[in-house]
Amino acid sequence: MAQVKFIKKDNVSAWLEELGQKHEVLAPRFEGDSIIFRPYDASKGFFIEREATAPPKKAIFPQSETLLKFSNIKDLENPEKVALDVKENLPDSSWVVFGGRPCDARGFTMFDRVYLNGKHVDAYYKARRENTFFITLACEKGETTCFCNWVGSGPSDPTGSDVLMVPVEGGFFLEAVSDRGASLLDSSLLEDGDSKQAEADKVKVEADKSMGEAQDLSKAPEKLLAVFDNMEHWEEMSAKCLSCGACTYLCPTCYCFNITDESDGISGTRIRSWDNCMSSMFTMEASGHNPRPTKAHRLKNRVGHKFSYYPDLHDGVISCCGCGRCIKSCPVGVDIRQLVLSAIAYEAKEAAND
Amino acid sequence: MKNLEDLKEQIRKALPELDVVIGWTDSFDPLHATPHFMRKEEDIDKLKVDALCVHNLATYLPGLKGKKVGIVVKGCDSRSVVELLQENLIKREDVTIFGFGCNGVVDQTKIRSIIGDVGNIEACELTDKEVTVTASGEVHKLALDEVLSDKCKTCRYPNAVLSDHFTGEEVATTATFEDGYKDLEEFEAKSTEEKFAYWLGEMDRCIRCYACRNACPMCVCRDHCVAQSRDPHWLSQEAHVRDKWMFQVIHAYHLTGRCTECGECQRACPVDIPILLFKKKFNKEIKEVFNYEAGLDPEATPPLLTFKNEEAKIKERDW
Repeated sequence: MAQVKFIKKDNVSAWLEELGQKHEVLAPRFEGDSIIFRPYDASKGFFIEREATAPPKKAIFPQSETLLKFSNIKDLENPEKVALDVKENLPDSSWVVFGGRPCDARGFTMFDRVYLNGKHVDAYYKARRENTFFITLACEKGETTCFCNWVGSGPSDPTGSDVLMVPVEGGFFLEAVSDRGASLLDSSLLEDGDSKQAEADKVKVEADKSMGEAQDLSKAPEKLLAVFDNMEHWEEMSAKCLSCGACTYLCPTCYCFNITDESDGISGTRIRSWDNCMSSMFTMEASGHNPRPTKAHRLKNRVGHKFSYYPDLHDGVISCCGCGRCIKSCPVGVDIRQLVLSAIAYEAKEAAND
Repeated sequence: MKNLEDLKEQIRKALPELDVVIGWTDSFDPLHATPHFMRKEEDIDKLKVDALCVHNLATYLPGLKGKKVGIVVKGCDSRSVVELLQENLIKREDVTIFGFGCNGVVDQTKIRSIIGDVGNIEACELTDKEVTVTASGEVHKLALDEVLSDKCKTCRYPNAVLSDHFTGEEVATTATFEDGYKDLEEFEAKSTEEKFAYWLGEMDRCIRCYACRNACPMCVCRDHCVAQSRDPHWLSQEAHVRDKWMFQVIHAYHLTGRCTECGECQRACPVDIPILLFKKKFNKEIKEVFNYEAGLDPEATPPLLTFKNEEAKIKERDW
C-alpha cells in the first residue's frame, strides 16, 4: 500500500523550508496579479488555492537555458588558426515543484515520450527530469476552462506526480505516488495519514463529479486529418486568433524550442529557448519559403499536433493535459475545445450532405 | 447595450455588401466576451455589445486587407481605425464603421482581484451602475466604477470619432487630457532607482509570448518584428529581464505619437504586466512637444511619421 501521511496546513511552510535544505523548491505565489512559480521564499509565502497563471514548465524546460559556453582562442604562433573552446553546461541541482496541479505534472509525461523515450535522449531534459520531484495538489473541483477529463485524466490524476496532496480538514492528505516521492515523506512534520484516507477519497470523488461530461475525442486524430486541407474551415476557426504565443508558453505540454548562439566578441553561449508554432519564424525556411504562412495554418498545426499527429505517434495519447490555460489566458478567448469539436463535427456534417 | 437591435439592423442591411462584420459575442463563461466574425445573417443574432466587450477589434483590420470589412467600434477603438487610415494601413473604402457611444468596459484583472476565484463563473449581469457576478454559488455585487478599466474612467472620446453608422445617443464626458495622466505623474515622481526596481520586478515575469505586440492594432510589423529577427539579431533569446524590458522600450518608441492608448497590450498580457504606462509616457511627451494626439483626424500625419528629404532646419548643402 502506498505510503500516506497528513500535514497540518500550518506546517506546510516549515516542510517547504526543510525540503529546501536538500533541493531547490519551486512554489506558486502572487506576483502582480498573476500566480507564478518562483523559488520558494518563506517571507513571500505561497498560494495554492487556485491553478497558477503559468504552469511550472520552466522547472524542467526553462524559458531559456544555456546548453554550452564557447570561446575562440587565438593561436599566437599561427594567427590564422583559431581553436574553439566549448564547455558543456549540464544542470546538476535537484528541484521540488510544490503546489502544481495534476495537469501540470502530467504534462511532462508528454515531454518524456519525445525527449527521453524516442530515438534520441535529450541530455539536458534528462538531467532536469530525473532530479525534479512533483508534490502535486489535487483539485477539489474543475474550472469552466478545465477539461482534463476529456483527455484521459482527472482532478486527482497522480500520473507524473511523486506525491499527491489532497486537501482535507485542517491540512493535506499526502500520498506517495512514486518511490522517490516516498523519500520526501520522511519529515517529522508529517503525521500518519491512514485516518484521513476516507476523507481524501471523498474529496476525489466529489472533484470528479464537478467536471462536466467528458467529450469523446477518440475520433479527433482522423477527423483533424480529414479537415486538414479545408483552409476555409481553418480561416474561420482562426479568425479571431492573434497568432501570439501566449497559449503555447502557458501550455504544460508544448515543448518546442529554438537554439541560438548569443555571442559577445569572441565568446558566447548557445542557448535553447521556448519557441512556438504561432510564430511565423517557426517554420520559416532558409529559402524564404514558409510552409505555414498564415495564422490559420499555424493554429491548425497547434490543434493538429496535440490531438492528431502526436497521438498517432504515441499510442493514442493526446498531447494536451486539459489545464485550460490556453483558453483562460487567450487575449481573445480562442477555445481549443471548440476547435477540436468542430473538426470532429465537420466530417459528420459533410457525410450528412452526401 | 440599449440599442443593440438598432445596431443589428444596421449590420443586417450592410452585410450583403461586406465580406465580414466584426463584433463581439459570448465566450467560455458569462464574464467574458469574445470577438465575433459575422459572415451570415444568423451570425448577427449572436452579437453582443456590453461592458464585457473589451477587445479592440481594429487589431484585425490590417490582416483583412483586400476584403470589405465592417467593424463595431467603441470610441477608443475608433481612434485606432483612424490611426490605421492615417498611416495608409487600411483603405477607407474597404471599411464600414459601426460606431456607438461607450459607457466603459470592465477590467478583468480588477474583477479577479476582488472576487478571487473566477474559475467558476455561473452568471453575470450588467447594469449602468453594477456588475453582479455569481461565482461558485456566491453572488458578488460590484460597483461598475470599481471595476471599470482605468482608461474608461478618464475617457475623453467615448463616442466613435469616425463612423458610417452610429447607434444610440452620444455619451457625454467632462474628462480632460490631464485626468488621463495622473497615474503617470505619480509614477514619474518616484526616484530613478525606484522606477528601475519597479520595472525589473514587473518585467521579470514576462514570458516573451508577444501577446502585447499582436494585440496592438498599431503594431503592424508583426512577422518582421525586431524582437525575433535573426539578422540582425537585436535581442537575445534569453529569458533575461534586460531583453524583455528592451522589447517594451522598442515597442513604446515605435508607438510614440501613434498609440491610441486602447490598452490592449496590457489587457492581452497573460501575466498582468502594466505595460500601458510605458506607452502613456511617450504620448504625454508627444502632447507636450507637438500638441498632438493620435487617432483623431484621418487627414493628420503623426509627428514622428513625417520625413522630408530636405529638412527645413538642416542646411546640409551649406556645409
